[in-house]
Amino acid sequence: MTAVDAPAVPGGAPATTPEPGRGRGGLVAAAVLVVLAAAPLFLAPFATTTLTRVLVFALFAVSLDLLVGVTGLPSLGHAAYFGSGAYAAGWVSINVTAEAPVPMLVGAAVGAVAAALTGWITVRTGGVFFLMLTLAIGETVQQLANTWDEVTGGANGLTGIPAVRLAGAPLANAGFLHWYVLAVFVLGFVLVWVVARSPFGAALRGIRDNEPRMRALGYPTALYKYGVFVLAGGVAGLAGSLLAAQARFVALPDLGFVTASFALLAVVIGGAGSLWGACLGAALVIVIRDALGPGLGGHGTLVLGIVFVLVVYLLPRGAAGLRLRRRETPS
Amino acid sequence: MLVSVLNGFAIGFLLFIVAVGLSIVFGMMDVLNLAHGALFLGGAYLGAAFAGSWGGFLAALGIAAVLGLVAGGLLSLMTEPLSRRSHLDQALLTLGVAFVASELLIIAFGDDPLSVAAPPALDGSVTVFGAVYPTYRLVLIGVGAVLALAVHLVVDRTRVGALVRATVADREMVATIGVDNRLVKAAVFAVGSLLATTAGVLGGPVYGARPGLDATVLILALVVVVIGGLGSVRGALVGALIIGQVDTLGRVLLPELASFVLFAALALVLVLRPQGLFGGLTTAGTR
Repeated sequence: MTAVDAPAVPGGAPATTPEPGRGRGGLVAAAVLVVLAAAPLFLAPFATTTLTRVLVFALFAVSLDLLVGVTGLPSLGHAAYFGSGAYAAGWVSINVTAEAPVPMLVGAAVGAVAAALTGWITVRTGGVFFLMLTLAIGETVQQLANTWDEVTGGANGLTGIPAVRLAGAPLANAGFLHWYVLAVFVLGFVLVWVVARSPFGAALRGIRDNEPRMRALGYPTALYKYGVFVLAGGVAGLAGSLLAAQARFVALPDLGFVTASFALLAVVIGGAGSLWGACLGAALVIVIRDALGPGLGGHGTLVLGIVFVLVVYLLPRGAAGLRLRRRETPS
Repeated sequence: MLVSVLNGFAIGFLLFIVAVGLSIVFGMMDVLNLAHGALFLGGAYLGAAFAGSWGGFLAALGIAAVLGLVAGGLLSLMTEPLSRRSHLDQALLTLGVAFVASELLIIAFGDDPLSVAAPPALDGSVTVFGAVYPTYRLVLIGVGAVLALAVHLVVDRTRVGALVRATVADREMVATIGVDNRLVKAAVFAVGSLLATTAGVLGGPVYGARPGLDATVLILALVVVVIGGLGSVRGALVGALIIGQVDTLGRVLLPELASFVLFAALALVLVLRPQGLFGGLTTAGTR
């Protein structure tokens, strides 16, 4: 397991805390990036695949963190956009083309459109109400995917997704696939990071901390929340396209409640608002679910449930990040 | 059509029994209990384990009631250390508990769907206005209506109910007049959980028992709570009956879009009345 853990613990963090000076953060980020890029050269294929899955889930968790940590909107239905992107990317790969940027762009676009179609209702609320609504929407989307089986494959899932092709050559090798996923991950992470540090991101943190005041200051807060919801949906769709490329199989659970709550768990473990923390949390979730799960008799979920309970009790700083870590800027 | 309306009532009353506990605990203490669906599933599996005879059915009801009380008390105890933290933390805690509980149920009962036989003499069907209808569901409608009436009378007409309503309205004020509202919370949590597990046993012959049922029921109950308004018994009843009808009619008329119809009903209520049909002032939807 050390082979997996070694790169997974620095956790895919191309950007770290800004406080100790930008230079050191950039250096750490570069080092992590080099380790992640070099991983397929010295890791066994299974370990590489696990690391690739970590990256996929980490990008998904980062997109959720934009909602939960930065804007203070705890979502339990974010997997709907992740799964929509995965289904769309898979469908395009099968029926149109698997040539590199196409599935990725389609996945991101479908994730964003799905978020735009459902977001106008969720952003009317906040707090636990938002949690309930997103949960209901996520379940609705999952049932829709189940009913629409001529496109999604229904309960059997979408099978036979071809490998992503880059300049005509399919990325069948685990190492090449890892580099493709890493490249898209870095793209998505940097996008979220830039947004979180922009004036738009500052306004979102203002909404998180005191929405009435932001409204009084003249910010159209509902529009801002809608904007970030659609953006987070798009990045989740992008991560979904990576899922389709990596697993080459998309099924209903990828859209559902359990996947969504694991992503929320990843964000909470890492401390809401910290993008690299979400990556660490994602690494923990994937390692327990996929790498250790089979050894636990398929009951990785049980372990994750216990981890969830423990994190809520023992890591209030991570868990209560929404309320406690106000002065920190998300990294 | 008649069958669909009756089905709507059966599911509606069942949903009310599940949702009312969720609604009052949430409305009163702002604790969103995401383990509520797991409690229902626990009851359903209990019903499946004892199914086949009246003795078994009643035993399952009794055990489910006791286990529900204990589980509710435990959940209340577990959320207590978090009462000074954000509401999200408490919801996350119950989510973790829900995962653990549903995995334990899978370990105990396997992950194949179990169908549950109705108790003898109720497992046939009767003719209602020319339509053939399962007897058990008809009885379920009756039992559900009686339970709904009982909950309504307790909350609306008794001293205990007055205390609960007062705590929903203003828990600081209730604490000021010398009531330990942790006890009120624990009691409401316990009774709400009892209703959820009992509903699981009662719903067994309709829904069966299978992994994933917990999430389905939880979401239906949440939709009921959102539509009806937090902490309102009447709201939970009306919301549950609406959802029961909308869901079954949707499945009959637009089978392809059934889940969408549910979402549309939710969206409609939230746009027109964000605090829910019977929602109070303190826990309005936009916060």
